[in-house]
Amino acid sequence: MSLKNTYDVVIIGSGPGGLAAAVEAKKEGAQDVLVIERDAELGGILLQCIHNGFGLEIFKEDLPGPSYAQRYIDESLTLGVETLLDTIVLEVTPGRKIFASSKQHGFVEIDARAIVLAMGCRERTRAMIQIPGMRPAGVYTAGTAQRFVNIEGYMPGKKYVILGSGDIGLIMARRLTFEGAKVERVLEILPYLSGLTRNYVQCLQDFDIPLMFEHTVKFIHGKDRVEAVEIAAVDKNWKFIPGTEEVIPCDTLLLSVGLIPENELSRQAGVELDPITGGPFVDESRQTNVPGIFAAGNVVHVYDLADWVTMAGYEAGKGAAKYAMALRASETAHIPIIAGKNVHHVVPQSINVRSLEEEEIELQLRVLKPIEDRTYVEVHDGENQIARRLMRYVRPGEMNTITLKPSHFADVEKASSITVDVYPR
Amino acid sequence: MVEKRKLICISCPVGCELTVTIDEDKIIEVEDNACKLGLDYAEQEIFDPRRMVASTVKVKNGYHPLVPVYTEHPIPKPMIKDILVEIRKVEIEAPVKTNQVVLENVLDTGVNIIASRDLPKA
Amino acid sequence: MQEKYDFIVIGGGVVGCIIARTLSRFEGSVLLIDKEADLCMGTTAANTAIVHAGYDPLPNTLKARMNVKGNAMWDQLAGELDFAFERRGDFVVAVGEDELPALDVLMVQAKKNGVPGCLLLSGPEVRRREKNITPETSGALWASTGGICDPFAVTVAAAENAVMNGAVVKLNTEFKDFIMDGDRIIGIKTNKGDFLSRWVINSAGLFSDFVMHQAGVRPEFKIKPRKGEYFVFDRADVQIDNVLFPVPSDKGKGILVTTTVHGNTILGPNAEIIDDKENTSTTTSGMDEIWDGAQKLIPSLSKKHVIATFAGLRPMGNAPCKTPGVNYNADYIIEIPEEVRGFVNLGGIESPGLASSPAIAQEVVDLLIDAGEELKVKKDWDPIRPSRPRFREMSQKDRKLLVDMDPRYGRIICRCEDVTEGEIIAEIHAPVPATTYDAIKRRTWLGTGRCQGGFDTPRVVEILARELGVSPLEITKLGEGSEFLFRPTKNVEG
Repeated sequence: MSLKNTYDVVIIGSGPGGLAAAVEAKKEGAQDVLVIERDAELGGILLQCIHNGFGLEIFKEDLPGPSYAQRYIDESLTLGVETLLDTIVLEVTPGRKIFASSKQHGFVEIDARAIVLAMGCRERTRAMIQIPGMRPAGVYTAGTAQRFVNIEGYMPGKKYVILGSGDIGLIMARRLTFEGAKVERVLEILPYLSGLTRNYVQCLQDFDIPLMFEHTVKFIHGKDRVEAVEIAAVDKNWKFIPGTEEVIPCDTLLLSVGLIPENELSRQAGVELDPITGGPFVDESRQTNVPGIFAAGNVVHVYDLADWVTMAGYEAGKGAAKYAMALRASETAHIPIIAGKNVHHVVPQSINVRSLEEEEIELQLRVLKPIEDRTYVEVHDGENQIARRLMRYVRPGEMNTITLKPSHFADVEKASSITVDVYPR
Repeated sequence: MVEKRKLICISCPVGCELTVTIDEDKIIEVEDNACKLGLDYAEQEIFDPRRMVASTVKVKNGYHPLVPVYTEHPIPKPMIKDILVEIRKVEIEAPVKTNQVVLENVLDTGVNIIASRDLPKA
Repeated sequence: MQEKYDFIVIGGGVVGCIIARTLSRFEGSVLLIDKEADLCMGTTAANTAIVHAGYDPLPNTLKARMNVKGNAMWDQLAGELDFAFERRGDFVVAVGEDELPALDVLMVQAKKNGVPGCLLLSGPEVRRREKNITPETSGALWASTGGICDPFAVTVAAAENAVMNGAVVKLNTEFKDFIMDGDRIIGIKTNKGDFLSRWVINSAGLFSDFVMHQAGVRPEFKIKPRKGEYFVFDRADVQIDNVLFPVPSDKGKGILVTTTVHGNTILGPNAEIIDDKENTSTTTSGMDEIWDGAQKLIPSLSKKHVIATFAGLRPMGNAPCKTPGVNYNADYIIEIPEEVRGFVNLGGIESPGLASSPAIAQEVVDLLIDAGEELKVKKDWDPIRPSRPRFREMSQKDRKLLVDMDPRYGRIICRCEDVTEGEIIAEIHAPVPATTYDAIKRRTWLGTGRCQGGFDTPRVVEILARELGVSPLEITKLGEGSEFLFRPTKNVEG
């Protein structure tokens, strides 16, 4: 596949949001659609979500994440969506220029008529909640651990404590148990579950993994590798309650303490972010404040089901395609007016054929050399004459004009360019 | 012998906490369900609890060392551990196609373990 | 056949590496050892990265002399070794009228120490230069020679330059004892065997007391680790332009808010004296203390923008200042002791150790010459360490050229800080190789951004395993015992 310089729709990210946008953009009629994905395969986060629960709304089936992704991967390839894999977008400009980099394709610069931002989320880190202790190996965000277990094929540890009852934490509790690890405890600082009840039942209750509300980690023990976590209960103001401390020996602490929409590229592009969601302000067609830049999925706000992300992706893809197609139409609408024989320059230099109405268009020109005799000023399309005017003389010091009348427009519209020539009779 | 059991119904996101009164092999009463789905859930969950199981199997010469797999239909909950042991024994050869049967009729449940995605050769 | 070296430097922090580099200029073999899996994992690993101007140490102490002399040497050092260094200037900010006299005291001290380019600024002038400064500021001392640097970069660059010029660096090598011949040190015993020497230089930082005691030198000298905790902020959300100190107290320079060469703002440190020389934990009380301190200078800081926390230990010594009449009991030790031969002894090199390091190295050279060493400059000594590309600092145009030249620089591994596979590979195969995740993190700045390694960790583990030819299970965060992974997913025991 050879990369084009300009695409109708460029989609950044190939998770459920990005793939849905790609598919819908094609269906809406966009010609050149490109998906840029930083991983080596399409599918985004779905590839590591190997558990069921996807597609219940859209397909009325209970699919694992990779199967759900595969449907859209197959459809987008069938529709002719182009892809750049193992490629990271470095910058998106407000003028919709994209700089990206990869090993296979090198350093890439692409113009997009419309962009769909579908970069998803990153995970909240230990540092952001300031858990004290040294910095041993064995502290992972749940998503990073999930990647190791399901894709790279390695278990990060033997004995786990999970902080956070969000879905990723609950799912990992079950996953790790399935692969022979011991999950000692799941802690949640709030007095209620952060994730879906279904996941509590099928990931914790099924396996007798204890869940403690209003508890969190007070200190991480260990210098080279996690050795234990000290946990304690908290009051309504998240202050530790003395006397409730407990040290749980373990070698891994998984953090499932929240997702943050990943909008660094959005910021660079001048997209205005909503401080409450952390994602872009969007309208009903998912367009941001920057014309031609759309956003869909977790990058806008955190979703609970991938099916809804897909729906948002459809909207963004449709909106992006419409925008791109309108832009493309207006680009090819301009035909150039060329300075021909003995003409120095002509103004205007182009005509927008889409806005030809009933008004005359006057072409103004200057000749190169004087002709002190009867002279024709002619407008033609390379083959046929469109208009012609007879002058008594032409001189560089005096501007000349020739008018295109509505009766000429039919011929003008058909031309790919028109030329003005000046020659003696 | 009559016993009472508590269950969280997961038929819809509400998650009603049901109290189910059971006499041997019959449900006498279901309390605190907001709708009929709770009754069906209690029946299924008490006498024949089933789960979908998703895991991974080893792949030889594949783009990744593992391919995700899942049970085509829910399997009996008490058999989860043994099914996982069976899944762990499997090693298949790349390439793998979505829905390819990786383990047929696992432990005589009538349920196949199938691949969740395509996986090309390395 | 035992290895024999002319000079053995114990300790691969900034001081030890610059000493090794300085010695590599002369004829004679140099060995640098460090007990950790990488250089600069001791005090150099965690500090404010400030090259102090020199107004703070007590006049006529060795600290003061080394600080001011060393500060002036940084431009040449940065030029030769190619690392990030900027003379931003230090501000000591007075809050409220009561704190203004302290600035006058510092000005007098600055003059006594020979610090050039100090100026007293008014409150409005301070507010003009630092828009986020507390509105209560009444004025500041501005020391224009203060600088900021990347302490990891200078340490690694110095060690690399030493290796380029023939020095040997051995990591994971821990000093145990000296080999004596009467009162002369003729070698050292380590966990990796014995090495013979003509001179041993003690640059062991937190453990400098242990080292000198093994030679029977200064039994009364004791290092007390002083722990300091720090917060790091997201550069997209917090932009502080300057290096801001509060007015000093008897606890020390106080809790700073400072910009860094990477554009992040950091705040800290506090000063807690502890016993355990390996304890670099952050604590709730410590983090509360530095947060409160920083609010004094920049009240608009928000914890929402914290992306990292860390802690470091300073080696506070108890050596009295040698200058008569100066009553100070935590001065540097830089000496050739009388009771033992073949030994250059350094001790208690805490702040302003970073700023002083080039001067300390020169002092060591002067001591050796005084002791009769004929240090002949190597004919082919090359002071220039060739620079390596830093993708994150390059323009899009230069990036394209780099990637066209070597596609491995096209694969971005750390999304938040734009660090590429090519750079990681270069560090793994560098003159002093990076073989752990943290080593690569220190040198490339990977994993220090918003996601704190969430995206890059699996990829770095894969690259390290591939380049070192080992299983991913052997890849560590900071050395043996800190392996990331436990077993393959499918290998369940029992």
